[in-house]
Amino acid sequence: MTTYILLAVTCILVNNIVLTQYLGICPFMGTSKAMETATGMAMAVLFVLVMAGSVTWMVEHWLLVPLGITFLRTIAFILIIASLVQFVEMFLKKSAPGLYASLGIFLPLITTNCAVMGACLLAISADYSFIETLVASTGYALGFGLALILFAGVRERLFQGRIPKAFRDTAIGLVTAGVISLSFFAFKGMG
Amino acid sequence: MPRPLHKEFLKGLWEEIPPFRLVLGLCPVLAVTRSVENGIGMGLATAFVLVCSNMLISLLRNHIPPKVRIACYILVIATFVTIVDLLMQAFTYPLYQKLGIFIPLIVVNCIVLGRAEAFASKNPLLPSLADGLGIGIGFTLSLATLGALREIFGNGTFFGHTVFGPGYMPLTFLVEAPGAFIGLGLLLGLMNLISQRR
Repeated sequence: MTTYILLAVTCILVNNIVLTQYLGICPFMGTSKAMETATGMAMAVLFVLVMAGSVTWMVEHWLLVPLGITFLRTIAFILIIASLVQFVEMFLKKSAPGLYASLGIFLPLITTNCAVMGACLLAISADYSFIETLVASTGYALGFGLALILFAGVRERLFQGRIPKAFRDTAIGLVTAGVISLSFFAFKGMG
Repeated sequence: MPRPLHKEFLKGLWEEIPPFRLVLGLCPVLAVTRSVENGIGMGLATAFVLVCSNMLISLLRNHIPPKVRIACYILVIATFVTIVDLLMQAFTYPLYQKLGIFIPLIVVNCIVLGRAEAFASKNPLLPSLADGLGIGIGFTLSLATLGALREIFGNGTFFGHTVFGPGYMPLTFLVEAPGAFIGLGLLLGLMNLISQRR
């Protein structure tokens, strides 16, 4: 049990997927301008990442490795993620229209969110067991949400500041992300 | 009204240079620019995928049904990424190990998909080739610049050779994650400043 708790903490804080693994930066910069979109994106990622993590684990260990076709991993994973996103979209539309409406445009965007594909690849390269993959995917997704919501909070304030024209929006956003990343960097010492 | 080929090529080098003008595909930019060498390697790998997928998609543009076009593009891109992945594993193994999961992740690099959707699906073969080459080389240049900055000041070296004297204290935080964000942010601001002055 302790190993799983430690793994979760590692994935959420120490190896935070956005701020120390540099994955999912595009949605991180793109959807952090308002708190509402940030929470929507965080929820959608949590949903898809946990499913994608478990399905890719099954495909890797029950299909690609036994057949000796691991070189098809990239193609297989991206197809899984793309179809999973489509499936989740259709399923939510039918059964949970409220949630579907609130996730809105963020669901299709997840296909090209490298945090999802990256987390699946990281779990494979770390050779996790199935339960560990589940814990790690949840941890990475929660870490993504944490970073995104923290950043959105800071960014909402930035819009009221007087910033030189050249640095507005993305440039100052990246510098701010750097400062937040610096605070997450401190967790490295915990390992 | 087709634009001349050299214009399609040159626009990738300044007007639309990724990731500064097209703020897309930031993950590899931040992750692999620890050194110039990694930056150039990643840039060239992405450029190869970009050129090949642009050409193939442009050739197939009249045969791909519009409804499933994104899935088709992703499949084409994933094929070329697999080729690069295997080639780099065979010929440049040390670099391949350093770049790690970011080689397979070219598949979700928004620049490649973005060019396929915005350019190659609407233009004939040669302009698509020029566009892919321009954007690819522009991306490589940006990665090399950021990589050089971070390696020189963060590590005191350039392509592995020492730049400053023995008394230099490297700003180690520049080669870590926070330095990547701050470095890219400052570079982006600088680019905006230069183009405002023009």
